[in-house]
Amino acid sequence: MSPEPLLRVDRLVKRFGGFRALDGVSFHLVPGEVLGLVGPNGSGKTTCINVISGLYGRDGGSVTFRGRDIAGSRAHMLARRGINRTFQSPRPFLSLTVRENVEIAAWNGRGDGTKADLDGLLEQLDLHRHAGRAAGDLNSAQQKTLDLARALATAPKLLLVDELAAGLNPAELTRMAERLRELARGGMALLVVEHLMGFIDHVTDRVIVMNAGREIFEGKLGEATRDPEVIRVFLGTAHAR
Amino acid sequence: MRRGLRDVLFVVLPVVIIAAVAPLLYANELLLFSFVMYLTLAQGLNAIYGFTGYLPFGYVGVFGAGAYGFAISVMILGLPPFAALAIGAAAGVMLGLLLTPLLRLSGAYFAIANLAAAQAVYQVVSNPALQDITKGPYGVSLSEVFAPRLSYEVGVAVLAATLLAMAWLRNSRFGLSLQAIREDPISAAMAGVAVVRGRTIAWLLSALIAGLTGAVFAWHISVFYPETAFDIGISIFATVFTLFGGAATLIGPLLGVLVLYGVYNTIGITVPQYFQLIYGALIVGLVLFLPDGLVSLLTRRGIRVP
Repeated sequence: MSPEPLLRVDRLVKRFGGFRALDGVSFHLVPGEVLGLVGPNGSGKTTCINVISGLYGRDGGSVTFRGRDIAGSRAHMLARRGINRTFQSPRPFLSLTVRENVEIAAWNGRGDGTKADLDGLLEQLDLHRHAGRAAGDLNSAQQKTLDLARALATAPKLLLVDELAAGLNPAELTRMAERLRELARGGMALLVVEHLMGFIDHVTDRVIVMNAGREIFEGKLGEATRDPEVIRVFLGTAHAR
Repeated sequence: MRRGLRDVLFVVLPVVIIAAVAPLLYANELLLFSFVMYLTLAQGLNAIYGFTGYLPFGYVGVFGAGAYGFAISVMILGLPPFAALAIGAAAGVMLGLLLTPLLRLSGAYFAIANLAAAQAVYQVVSNPALQDITKGPYGVSLSEVFAPRLSYEVGVAVLAATLLAMAWLRNSRFGLSLQAIREDPISAAMAGVAVVRGRTIAWLLSALIAGLTGAVFAWHISVFYPETAFDIGISIFATVFTLFGGAATLIGPLLGVLVLYGVYNTIGITVPQYFQLIYGALIVGLVLFLPDGLVSLLTRRGIRVP
């Protein structure tokens, strides 16, 4: 018996003018599960994260989180309820210190971030040595990590990870993958958008392949690479037999 | 909140004490009042600009609303000065409330819309058709409540309250969350910050300070015209002083007023023929070399200023 889904996305539609960025996407996530979202650029992966995290409204379908429809909820309310995310390009508060960046999220997010918790979080993510520095002085890998720390400081139950791996070196990639697996072991559900297939393979339990706002495959990544429709979308008709 | 206490003891208290005793040492009370007024207004502007990044070019509109709220309360309703002050402050907040939809705009669009709103209020107040209420373009005279010393002291009290509020903002979780909004509203929302509510509170606090300052101004000078109370120069001064000193800090706007308004008055008296040249050069120099204000001389070295 599988556990009750934490997140259920049902026939989700998002339009930009006449363009359907999401065209009836459905999936679900249970606690502790890592779901990968892959697909070519423009297939709707980040739009999907933007809708679930409350940054975009939606034009059809439903998003249910912990049994409640979250239609019309603002992003900060969702952050407080347990949905958080990282950004493709990290967006820390540049002129504030690393510690302040995380403190703001802990105070406003769920209000239970004690000083010890925050110290622990910073240490866990190797940011403790930079705690007093302005976020703008960090390099881009560190800013990505800080983006993750900001999200984690709100103690999310669902974490949406948008291309966290891009720009990390191999050692950082391995560490980041291990971190995400560890979060899932702790019961957090993760939705991971990523182009690096090695990373996706290492981190996720199953994947959804998207194209033009629709899902074209759901299952194990290994099976996806043998799916004719997936091959056609990624490599062209000549390769799909 | 030890840092907050330190800011109160070493910044707020000295400034307030000096402002309170200054009339005993220096006779030009109108000039002293102008200093107190700009010290307060610069902090009021700091509350919205420094902490959320919204620059209200039409800040003087709220100030003027406060001044006319006071004047109408005295002239039409026959209220005593302290009740009229409350009405003036309320007028500022009401105008602020009316303008909250402008917070949907960002950057220059907010600044311009805010300026237009201030002009609109000015046009209404100076309209001869409303002469029975506002005295229209002919100006108001509040000679029956004229009390320069008492109104100066009230001005210092308003400054003290404003500085305390700003010291709190500088050292509180709420103030830090506001700065997160200024840095990146989307990220701030993802950190759980109620962005719209935070901005609105900062703007209304800013409007309250301007409304109250306008009311005290009306009381202190007691004879004025719409173009005095809605003088765009007041907006410009408050903005330039805040930027010159350094926004989002407690001492930045204080330094800005003391240095720049001090220089303004000194060269205005001693070498008036070079006045605009010197003043302009000073501001150009600031923009080129210290865009984050005087305090950035310290903050860029990692030193935290109050």
